[in-house]
This record gives sequence, structure tokens and C-alpha cells, in this order.
Amino acid sequence: MGLEEYKGVYIYAQQVDNELSAIAFELIGKAKELAADLNTDVTAVLLGSNVKALADELGEYGADKVIVVDNPALETYRTEPYAQALVSVIEEYKPEILLVGATAIGRDLGPTVSARVATGLTADCTKLEIGDFPLVAVPGKEDEQKHNQLLMTRPAFGGNTIATIACPDNRPQMATVRPGVMQKLPREAGRKAEVIEFNPALEENNRYVEILNVVKAVGNVENIMDAKVLVSGGRGVGSEENFAMLKDLAACFDGGMVSCSRAVVENGWLPADYQVGQTGKTVRPQIYFAVGISGAIQHVAGMEESDLIIAINKDEDAPIFDVADYGLVGDLNKIIPQLTEALKAAKTE
Amino acid sequence: MNIVVCIKQVPDTKGGVKFNPDGTLDRASMLAIMNPDDKAGLEAALRIKDETGAKVTVVTMGLPKADAVLREALAMGADEAVLVTDRVLGGADTWATSSTVAAALRNLDYDIVITGRQAIDGDTAQVGPQIAVHLGLPVISYAEDIKIDGDSVIVKRQYEDRYHEVKAKMPVLITALSELNEPRYMTPGGIFDACDKEVTVWGRADLKDLDDANIGLKGSPTKIAKASDKVPKGAGEKVNLDPAESVNYLMEKFKEKHII
Repeated sequence: MGLEEYKGVYIYAQQVDNELSAIAFELIGKAKELAADLNTDVTAVLLGSNVKALADELGEYGADKVIVVDNPALETYRTEPYAQALVSVIEEYKPEILLVGATAIGRDLGPTVSARVATGLTADCTKLEIGDFPLVAVPGKEDEQKHNQLLMTRPAFGGNTIATIACPDNRPQMATVRPGVMQKLPREAGRKAEVIEFNPALEENNRYVEILNVVKAVGNVENIMDAKVLVSGGRGVGSEENFAMLKDLAACFDGGMVSCSRAVVENGWLPADYQVGQTGKTVRPQIYFAVGISGAIQHVAGMEESDLIIAINKDEDAPIFDVADYGLVGDLNKIIPQLTEALKAAKTE
Repeated sequence: MNIVVCIKQVPDTKGGVKFNPDGTLDRASMLAIMNPDDKAGLEAALRIKDETGAKVTVVTMGLPKADAVLREALAMGADEAVLVTDRVLGGADTWATSSTVAAALRNLDYDIVITGRQAIDGDTAQVGPQIAVHLGLPVISYAEDIKIDGDSVIVKRQYEDRYHEVKAKMPVLITALSELNEPRYMTPGGIFDACDKEVTVWGRADLKDLDDANIGLKGSPTKIAKASDKVPKGAGEKVNLDPAESVNYLMEKFKEKHII
């Protein structure tokens, strides 16, 4: 079949416990831009059990169409029935682009589906745009250059290099995108998407697994990706107890939270939910304090999009200063409490 | 029981990143190590071996020097090692890599295939699930715990805010997180034995059921349009003052930016 038969920008609208994940809206936001360049529309693919009601929300965030596969087998995420359902959607509707969140679900579903439909998949993209491949035509072979291709840019080598990747000869062009990297559009109340109900037969086979238990993390874990201000601590903070100082500083700001580097999680000072970076979360708060964080490239990859970065470190050669807007060389044990006091005083003025 | 663990030799990016004077990455001086998630997968396999006497085979695809990670795996306690290496396999993306590794696995007996979740050089987490597709196996990604239960495995499958306890009948493919365990060290006896053991080397000709259209650079659906070393964001202002002055400096900046 010709590649030109594949049309439209599709996103996988992840839901968990029948609640849409933020990544679904973020992907729609990016998909709208790509669709505008391609003069096509955006379709969200919604898989689950009793999930049809979620289609309205996808419409309000910009989806033009929503394909719903509603099946009791899709109640809780399992690779096999979800992959079967998404492959069926691809085979029936033939999207030219399919974006999936780089979540614990998407990083399992994406590669499984791409391998089944024998196409390429580019992981953890930080930039997506429409362009030519090759970027510059080879002289004498101008007619071999392909236009309107999805160009997918991603970090590799632990964030040390950046590669732009295309998938010129296979469809759909598939990419996963990390949560927090793309921006969702403002919600437009009452905006409607065309809802298409699609019911492919899901066949139970040897690849079905049995879920014995679902164990949710206890307590109400605050999500550092929602923070407006993050006070992030690294190895230099020195101990679990010293994080109290960072919490006090965070409390001076509305929407302030504490986060950390990988070393802190490895030392057991904070749980992994608070980790920023390549193996943690990608954050883009209005203010990011990097306190006692040296600035390993894997950490920087998760926070460099923050609006304002303030680094506090006693080592004036720490690489974190290379990405900081304001760098304070000095003892965090003295600077942090004094800064907290100054902010409190400023509030009462 | 037969367990096959897929491992990869990667440059050590953790703490060992070095740059050339022109700012590009100095790959040559970086140490090559066994990928951490893969090492955890190997450790998980060795623990099953300790309990049940399972046979553990390690497989890698790479340059001839990847022999080093296979020797390390043997010294840790793996029974057999296979190196898949051939010039025509180079430049493979995850589709071509998974197609090739799956072909190698078809030459072996397995009840459980374990891969690391992801390698620290590519960070894609794709090859494990894709091998499962090629072999028609159930896949359980992001394993934090693996137990054997008769003819099945019971695995804790990690998600962002929860885990699923999942049961699957063997044969099955599992991708391991480095949080799974603390890998054992090589023993002196193990190192000694590992030097004597033979590593099986397979080239393209040894891989059956593998289409030339699905290997190497040419068989990769994804193509690199551009690659460059990352240009760091420009540094802002840096001051080295006493603590009270530092705080004043920052408070002034906050006022300028209307943060306070």
C-alpha cells in the first residue's frame, strides 16, 4: 500500500482508572501544530472499558475526532489486549503519525505496536516538527528528498547528544514524548469532537497475562510536575534532615515543592517520585532552585526548560552554573535559611 | 529451566562523561560497561539459578570487544555466552536490533528471556518488548521483582503510582529495572573460569529466519537526519559573595522580576 494512503495525526489518549492522563492533552497540543502544517486533523485514540464519556474532554482540549475502543478486556492496562486494539485502529484508519506518551504504559505499548505494524518508533522525543528528509537534498537527487516528514528530535547518550530522526519509508511515523515536555492547549468548554466507536475483536491468546493484584502507592503523593516552584536538593544537602531547610524555602512560594537529584534517591533521603532528570521526571516550573546539585547532564535534561534556574553550590566549577540564570557560590546551609527568612520578611512588609 | 539474558555493552555516562577541547563528547576515553538494567536482569536470572538450578545463557549483539561484558557475566555465574557480531548488523535501530536478537534467540532454548528495561546510551526501552513481538512471547516490562511459580512467573510490574502483580505462563519475556536488585560481584574463581570458557560467536550466516531487509542500517525504518553534541544553554550570572550578600543579591533579582 502506498504511504500516501496514511493520513491524519493521531495520539494515544492514555487513561488510568478511567481518568485521562495529562500527557493525552499535551500530545493533542503538539499534534494540532503538526496537523496544521500537514493540513489535516487530530484524532485521539481512547482505549478502555466504559471510557466513552472521556471523549468530550479530549474534544475540549483540541481533538477533532476521537476513536473509542470500549471493551471489558481493556479495563486495566495489559500489553496484549491494548496492543491488539491499537494495532486494529492503525490497520483500519491508517494514520500518518501516531504519538504516544513516554509513560510506563506508553514505553511498553509503543514498541509493541510499532513492531507489530513493522514501522519505526523514536523514543522520548523533545521536539517534533514537519520538514524534509534528508534535511538538505543531495545534489542531483533533489527528487529523492521527501517532504512533509515527521522530524523527531531526542536526546541520546544520557543527554550528551541530540539526534533528529525521520521514518521516511514506513507508516505510521511513531514517536513517544515524555510527560511535561509539550504544552497542552487551553480548555475550550463545549468544543465537540466527532466520536467514532470502533469495536475490533480482541482475541485472547498466550500473550495475555493475569493481573493478580493492583497495589497503588500509599498516601497522596504530590506530583513535582505540577509545582510552580521547585526547591531541588542534591548530594550536597548532606542528609535527610537537611531537607527540612529546603521544605521551609519551598513553603515561601505558592505551589512550591521539594524535589531532588538521583543521588538523593540512591541515599534513601527522598522517594523516587521526587527525582528530576533522565531517569526521573521532566519538570518546567517557573523557578527551579538547584541546591547542592552538581548538574550532571542527566539531571539537567530534566529541568533545563524551567523558566528561571537558580543554582546554589559551594563548588564554583559545578556544571550546574552553566545552565543557571543566577548562580550563588557558597554554603547552602547558611544561604538557604537566610533566604527563607528574607522571603518571609518581604511577605509581611 | 533455561533463562536467556540479553545484555549490552555501553559507554559509562554516569559520572564519567568527558569532553574534547572543542566541546564534543570524548567517547574514546569513556569506560565501556555492562548496561546497569541488563546487569540487574542477569542478577535476577542468577538468583533463579541459585534456587532452581536453571541454566543461564547471556547474549549480546555488538562489536567483537563486547566479549568483555560476556566474560563479566560468565564470571558472575552465567553458564554460556553468545556474541552476535557482524559488520552487516551495524547501524541498527531498535526494529533491526530486535529482529536480529530474536533470530539469535531462536537458536537457543528458553523459558524466560530477560532484557534490561533500557540501555543508558539510547534510553529507548524498545528492544525488549520488540523481541517479545518477534518471538510471539508475552512481555512484562519494568519488573521490580520476579518469582517462579510452577510453569509461570509472578512479576511486580512497576508504573508511576502503583505496581501490578502479574502472572504469566512461560515462555515469557521480562524487562528488568536496575532497582530489581544489587548485582553480585565477580568471584575470583569465576573470573578464572570465565577466561577459560568459550564464547560462542555467531555472524549473519548463523541467524536463520531473518530477512536481510530487517537488519543493520538499511533494515532500520528510522533514519538519522542530524546528530550533534548538545549545545549547553548559556550560563547566566554567577556571584561569589558572603551568605548575607548572596541573599540580598537574589532578593534584588526577585524584585526586578516581580517574583516578590
